[in-house]
Amino acid sequence: MRIRVDVSRPIYQQMIDEVKRAIARGELKPGDKLPSHRDMAQEIRVNPNTVQRAYREMEQGGLVQTLRGLGTFISDDPTLVERTRDEMARRSILAFVQEMRALGFSPADIVALVEKSVNEFSDGQKDLRDSIQGIQQTGVINSE
Amino acid sequence: MLLKVEHLSKRYLRAQALDDVSFELNRGSIVGLLGPNGSGKSTLLKCIAGLCRPTHGRILIDGKQPGLETKRKVAYLPEVDSLYQWMTARQAMDFAKSFYNDWDETREANLLDLVKIDAETSIKAMSKGQKARLRLVMALSRRAPLILLDEPLSGIDPPSRSRVLNAIVSEFSEEEQTIILSTHEVSEAESIFDQVIFLHKGKIRLMGDAEDIRTERNSSIQELLEEVYA
Repeated sequence: MRIRVDVSRPIYQQMIDEVKRAIARGELKPGDKLPSHRDMAQEIRVNPNTVQRAYREMEQGGLVQTLRGLGTFISDDPTLVERTRDEMARRSILAFVQEMRALGFSPADIVALVEKSVNEFSDGQKDLRDSIQGIQQTGVINSE
Repeated sequence: MLLKVEHLSKRYLRAQALDDVSFELNRGSIVGLLGPNGSGKSTLLKCIAGLCRPTHGRILIDGKQPGLETKRKVAYLPEVDSLYQWMTARQAMDFAKSFYNDWDETREANLLDLVKIDAETSIKAMSKGQKARLRLVMALSRRAPLILLDEPLSGIDPPSRSRVLNAIVSEFSEEEQTIILSTHEVSEAESIFDQVIFLHKGKIRLMGDAEDIRTERNSSIQELLEEVYA
């Protein structure tokens, strides 16, 4: 897990977000072990107390479990991945909607723009697929 | 309570270096002592180290005023270079070691490795950055509960600063130690602080938990510092 610390925001919060992102993406799975708080502190060069604060909050939120003498593990909760993905999605959407509202877009405009962007994005994906298939069929990547 | 500073004032002939400073620290913290030149950072650290006598107020380290007994509990890294040119790093460390019985050889070896200093190098041949790193090794090799580092990052290049900060985080034992570190390199160092003290003209301008400050003010310590001293 790579964390680039931004010192203008609480560091423990960034660590929690990074763990959540890794869970949502499937990079960290239920039962996976996290580094000890000391190793983590050295790895990203932050105060060990800050790391402990992050671990404590994650434990209270049910994200991780600490087993005495064994370490800290991602919770075994089967709904964890789903819940985390959901939470991360809600948060991104909320931030996006707030920004769009602040720019003066109406809810209907926002929905329409999102729909258009999503379609363009999937068209883009389709174009990419077509061109890859084209290359595979002709065996030519770049004809001069 | 590891350190208690009560209404501390220090007056040099003309200048009021410290003016009614009070604060307390428990074990287990890395404290950033911040402020512009002449704000009293070095004087405060010297007084805690027992190297200057307060004009008013008092300092208690584990309940004792600075003196022979507290020297065993305090490791102090002065701002100025105090190494003898004719020694090797090894000799300088052995010399320092002879004064204290809490020197930890394992820590010393770890630290030398972390800051990439070869113990057989002679001090004459060392760069400013290497000397600063060696002096840090000497301050952190003691298992002293209170470690005072006066500007350990000043006047050295970025790779040296980075090594010094890594060494502090890796050898800090949060169950038994507290480190007070004064610096101007706030943006580089602030991620390792859990508390900060802002000094201004000998007074405490602000003291608090670093993460709480980021949460409440939505800014880095560096940004807050610029605001406070603007």
